[in-house]
Amino acid sequence: MGWLMSDNERDKTSGGLESPFRRKLLMGMAALPAMSLLSSPVFGAGPATAAVNTTGLAVTDTEVTVGILHSVTGTMAISETGSVQAEKLAIEQINAMGGVLGRKIKFIQEDGASDWPTFAEKAKKLLVNDKCASVMGCWTSASRKAVLPVFEQYNGMLYYPTFYEGLEQSKNVIYTGQEATQQIIAGLDWVAKEKGAKSFYLLGSDYIWPRTSNKIARKHIENHLKTKVVGEEYFPLGHTQFNSVINKIKLTKPDVIYAIIVGGSNVAFYKQLKAAGIDLSKQTLLTISVTEDEIDGIGGENIAGAFACMKYFQSLDNANNKAFVAAFKKMWGEKTVIGDVTQAAYLGPWLWKATVEKANSFDIDKVAAASAGVEFKGAPEGYVRVHENHHLWSKTRVGKAKLDGQYELIFEAAELVEPDPFPKGYQ
Amino acid sequence: MRDSPGTEQLMFGDYSIGDLSSIFVMQGFAGLILFSVFVLMALGLAIIFGQMGVINMAHGEFMILGAYVTWMTSGFFQNNLPSLFNIYFFVAMALAFVAAASLGILVEWALIRRLYKRPLDTLLATWGLSLILQQTYRSVFGAREVGVELPQWMLGSKQVTDTIEIPINGMFVMCLTVLITLVVSYVLYWSPFGKQVRAVMQNRIMAGAVGINTERVDRYTFGLGCGIAGIAGSAFTMIGSTGPTAGQLYIVDTFLVVVFGGATSLLGTIASAFTISQAQSTLEFFLSGSMAKVLTLLAIVGILMLRPQGLFALKVRK
Repeated sequence: MGWLMSDNERDKTSGGLESPFRRKLLMGMAALPAMSLLSSPVFGAGPATAAVNTTGLAVTDTEVTVGILHSVTGTMAISETGSVQAEKLAIEQINAMGGVLGRKIKFIQEDGASDWPTFAEKAKKLLVNDKCASVMGCWTSASRKAVLPVFEQYNGMLYYPTFYEGLEQSKNVIYTGQEATQQIIAGLDWVAKEKGAKSFYLLGSDYIWPRTSNKIARKHIENHLKTKVVGEEYFPLGHTQFNSVINKIKLTKPDVIYAIIVGGSNVAFYKQLKAAGIDLSKQTLLTISVTEDEIDGIGGENIAGAFACMKYFQSLDNANNKAFVAAFKKMWGEKTVIGDVTQAAYLGPWLWKATVEKANSFDIDKVAAASAGVEFKGAPEGYVRVHENHHLWSKTRVGKAKLDGQYELIFEAAELVEPDPFPKGYQ
Repeated sequence: MRDSPGTEQLMFGDYSIGDLSSIFVMQGFAGLILFSVFVLMALGLAIIFGQMGVINMAHGEFMILGAYVTWMTSGFFQNNLPSLFNIYFFVAMALAFVAAASLGILVEWALIRRLYKRPLDTLLATWGLSLILQQTYRSVFGAREVGVELPQWMLGSKQVTDTIEIPINGMFVMCLTVLITLVVSYVLYWSPFGKQVRAVMQNRIMAGAVGINTERVDRYTFGLGCGIAGIAGSAFTMIGSTGPTAGQLYIVDTFLVVVFGGATSLLGTIASAFTISQAQSTLEFFLSGSMAKVLTLLAIVGILMLRPQGLFALKVRK
């Protein structure tokens, strides 16, 4: 992404030409609306607004407004912070290279406050009052289900970043994370082949995503791999005591512990697993719910040796990712880590930009229609492409957790995996 | 091959007596560890609720304050005193107590003491306090969870026999719980301060009339309860997560233990923690996690309907 650097530098030098006095003068006159046009000379060279915006979205000759809708307060703030950061970074980078159709992206951020009705209300505000041309947002399936009717009723465009259970498809949503089969099947195949796994113990937090995912996993294990599930259990969200189930695992001695535990429970589970003497270098554990973000809280020493099936790891060795990680750390601090969902959130603004430019229009209907086939070659995970079903073609990867909280890439699917939100034979 | 490999059937079948007995022992320990965790969570709340009648909805946030203090202490020792890292946890627990108790005393002075005559308003006020504290943690420490690093000796498990392994952090929590329970019962039942506390609880006006400074007693009781919450939070960094809202993970169980035990009695709290933890850990072993919780809660609801005052109730003249 060398062009990004040069754009940044150009901005800096043009800023440096102004004398301190002139800058002061400008600040003083900033109240005059005419001056704001002068301060962003790069924008405004795109096609006429009347041509690219026929439905009254918040698009001017120089600016286009998008929404960011995540929880920055409440219990989900832990997870959604990374997505907000990634989306802001992408928007800043897009602006630095000239925006979308010659227009600078301006964002309005709303807080879903970890409360699903609030998400719906804020989504309505972003679409009806602010006329956002697209919205990057939501994290949990519950919040997505809450906003979906709003996006369909008011015809908005949502870029949803989280890997999720599938069984959904909408004209008004682009799913930039994996649906369940993309995350589950390749991982199980890998563990069956490489580790010779014959028996699985399925664990999960008790809500729709882990339950649906484990259902798919069980079907695959029993019908395709012809091996067996020796236990399947769910725990209430926020459960912190896992000693009993760990004893059960010790008794049943499964080849693989397949864990889809989320949130604070995650930390308790891995700490107690380690304390109970289960050595993850000998006991294979495969998870689809622990990204680098979660390891921050769990502690690398508690989870080292576990395998995770994702599409992105911060440690991926490619030029796109190196530039992305460097830019992310520059913007949000050296210590921040980047997990799978954060990367998927970063794809949102870029895919939207590519789609708008392909459609040569901000109109929701045209963007939705143009989405299929849109590709993003600069994706940190490598190349991605939007499928007709509005999910992404992407690669499944398996990583092994290391002491320092990073994953080491162990396996990568040779081809892009087709998204299949309504998998036949798995329901 | 079994035709339907449900978990229940798997418990028996082709396991040797040795396997089963060692699981029995480990499961016993799992229950005891859960019991210790419950007691530790509930002690602070029981003192405040039992002695002062204040329902402290911010109890979980006082625990998390202790956890954050532990996290900061661990960072400090790692950077400045790496040679003493092995024992930092004890320092951290002391600091957690001091921090949570000081905040408790401050809160009592600024908020609670104005609301003693309006118990329902304390409920609302402490709930508001819990929201404020959560957001404060989020602003100060960030929304993400932090990982508290533990010294090597506190990790892993102790191999008792070939098949029996006991988690070290669980043992640690058990010892800590016994110690703190002993100290608290000494303070409440044998020390002069405890006599004052109980006098104030039984009859505030008379206690004031015989020269007890009831305001001061209230303040220190509240501080003591919060301080114990801080220690609990510090200890739970070993077994759980440390984040702005992690306190919410514990608050429901904590209230359950206190209410079920009969709020005014320390013995009641302990008995109720024991009952709930054993029921839950046994059910969890034979059924699944969610079902165990459902059955435990149903049983508690049933018992509380028959005995609304909880397991143990102190007879006080109203």
